[in-house]
Amino acid sequence: MVVYGVALLSACMLAGLVAGDLLGILIGVKANVGGVGIAMLLLILFSDHLKRTLRMNALAEQGILFWSAMYIPIVVAMAAQQDVVAAVKGGPAALLAGVLAVVLSFALVPVIARIGQPADARRDASQSDGAGALSLKSGE
Amino acid sequence: MFDLLTDVLVKNGLLTAFAVVGATIWVSYWLSRILTNGRLHGSAIAIMIGLALAYAGGVSTGGHKGLADIKLLSGIGFMGGAMLRDFAIVSTAFGVSFGEIRKAGLSGVVSLFTGVLLSFVVGAAVALAFGYSDAVSMTTIGAGAVTYIVGPVTGAALGANSDVMALSIAAGLVKSVLVMIGTPFMAPYIGLDNPRSAMVFGGLMGTTSGVAGGLAATDPKLVPYGAMTATFYTGLGCLMGPSVLFIATRALMGG
Repeated sequence: MVVYGVALLSACMLAGLVAGDLLGILIGVKANVGGVGIAMLLLILFSDHLKRTLRMNALAEQGILFWSAMYIPIVVAMAAQQDVVAAVKGGPAALLAGVLAVVLSFALVPVIARIGQPADARRDASQSDGAGALSLKSGE
Repeated sequence: MFDLLTDVLVKNGLLTAFAVVGATIWVSYWLSRILTNGRLHGSAIAIMIGLALAYAGGVSTGGHKGLADIKLLSGIGFMGGAMLRDFAIVSTAFGVSFGEIRKAGLSGVVSLFTGVLLSFVVGAAVALAFGYSDAVSMTTIGAGAVTYIVGPVTGAALGANSDVMALSIAAGLVKSVLVMIGTPFMAPYIGLDNPRSAMVFGGLMGTTSGVAGGLAATDPKLVPYGAMTATFYTGLGCLMGPSVLFIATRALMGG
């Protein structure tokens, strides 16, 4: 049943959000700490377990894959409701702060990606990484 | 007749949003093929059109929610709102390799702390350069450069002025918009083509909307890895902003 996949996805997200809120209260922060990330980990673990024990069929998977395929349209809708006017109106200080933060962060991506990975194995590893992800995810 | 039509569209807002977004994406992929020969991904163009429409909507209505403030298109607000956005983000994790996440775990954590710290220092330094030399304003604007949620959370905790708060939110918005647009262009130069660098990217940038949009436009396969780390970023920022980062700024600036 398609709804089983949707239900699993929903349950994982709700559990993740509750855990994120609890984590926020625990460390005294007025925010959900990693709720979505926790939900993703739960989904990975549960769906893997259900697939290995053959309790999840292709129809149930469709319930999750549909939302995965709706991801880009939803992101477009998200972009269409950003407060772009305020971002532009913020003036040079906001613009400069935002631009510099992004540029410097971009520059650090390759530097930090190297951490915890032996220098000579880097090229091979990233190549096989790409292939692995490719075979694993076929959505979109 | 016209009233009847708008009535139906408003009453079925989410369906209107599906139709409008679907048409936007169709146009975007067509533009991608005609103008750039497919080199600039259709979803990147769709996101840019979305942002341009958000600007137009904001100007015409004076609201803060872009196109969603137009009554006819209020369904866009629901479709792109936090609930469905996070639902779709979580769904992308289906089929992700747990091994990849564990392998990149250390660099993911390092990227989170580096990302928050770097954006904060840059934001605070810019604030200082523009004459906001008190510790509260510097911290608030610095926190805004972390994300537009960390900014107001920190500002509210420290009792910052509302103009400083606005500036801090604007800095975060600039960051998020820029990450959405810039990522597909920067990706080849920063090696953003594998799960490991996507996780580092999510941790460094942190803006969930920026990372979600930017990676979708670059390579949808990387989305779950980037989103996974990015969702911890705002929480970490809210934790560090009003505490250690404020204390450090105050110690540095005196007062």
